[in-house]
Amino acid sequence: MAYRSSVDIHTEWDIVAARQLGRNEAKKVGFGTVDQARITTAISELARNIYLYAGAGKIEIERLNEGGLFGIAIIASDEGPGIPDVRKVMEDGYSTSGGLGAGMPGVKRLMDDFRVDTERGKGTKITAIKWLR
Amino acid sequence: MNMRIPILKLNDILIVSLQWELDDQTAIQFQEDLLKKLHDTSAKGVVIDLTPIDFIDSFIAKVLGDVISMSGLMGAKVVITGIQPAVAITLIELGIRLENVMTALDLENGMDKLQQELEA
Repeated sequence: MAYRSSVDIHTEWDIVAARQLGRNEAKKVGFGTVDQARITTAISELARNIYLYAGAGKIEIERLNEGGLFGIAIIASDEGPGIPDVRKVMEDGYSTSGGLGAGMPGVKRLMDDFRVDTERGKGTKITAIKWLR
Repeated sequence: MNMRIPILKLNDILIVSLQWELDDQTAIQFQEDLLKKLHDTSAKGVVIDLTPIDFIDSFIAKVLGDVISMSGLMGAKVVITGIQPAVAITLIELGIRLENVMTALDLENGMDKLQQELEA
């Protein structure tokens, strides 16, 4: 069983807690300063999306080890309204919040793997992975 | 937990050194404090040094970009200094371009640049 830790997102302070957890985990896995910044920034964006669009949710951080390949997974989940058009939110420059948040394409560029599972009225789960090279 | 960021004045220039990771409230408080200080002191320039900051997300970038535009409206020029390599890389990958923003490698270069701008 992979090591997993999590932060519930309810307030702006929880965004800070989530990225601190992510940075610590990234250090433990052995990521360098640039990847630590990428992972911390990605968590901050995903946590803010939860806070802005779903109101509440959680950020889970999982250390990965797949046959000697090490990495870190960020799992951002909420039971919010869901994303009506995933293709649209993955376009650069698309925003419904008036420019708050760099959006999903930015987070995708920071990470290696990026996956969105969303259902209208049920919620959204975003999994973003960074591998240690 | 909510700490105010100190703003120092040296002649016509305000100097700000961000020393720790900014949360949303501190960032917004800083925006207000800086504009009020500009108003109270009639300073003509601002240097914001980010040397110890190891990541900037889109929210902090927006607050910084906004405070630069707001300072411009009040007649003051702003230079950002000390952006770390990791911060520059993640900002561009994230898709954030702080265009039309004066930057310099460190505080010393930033002060020189600002003096030149103010004398020009």
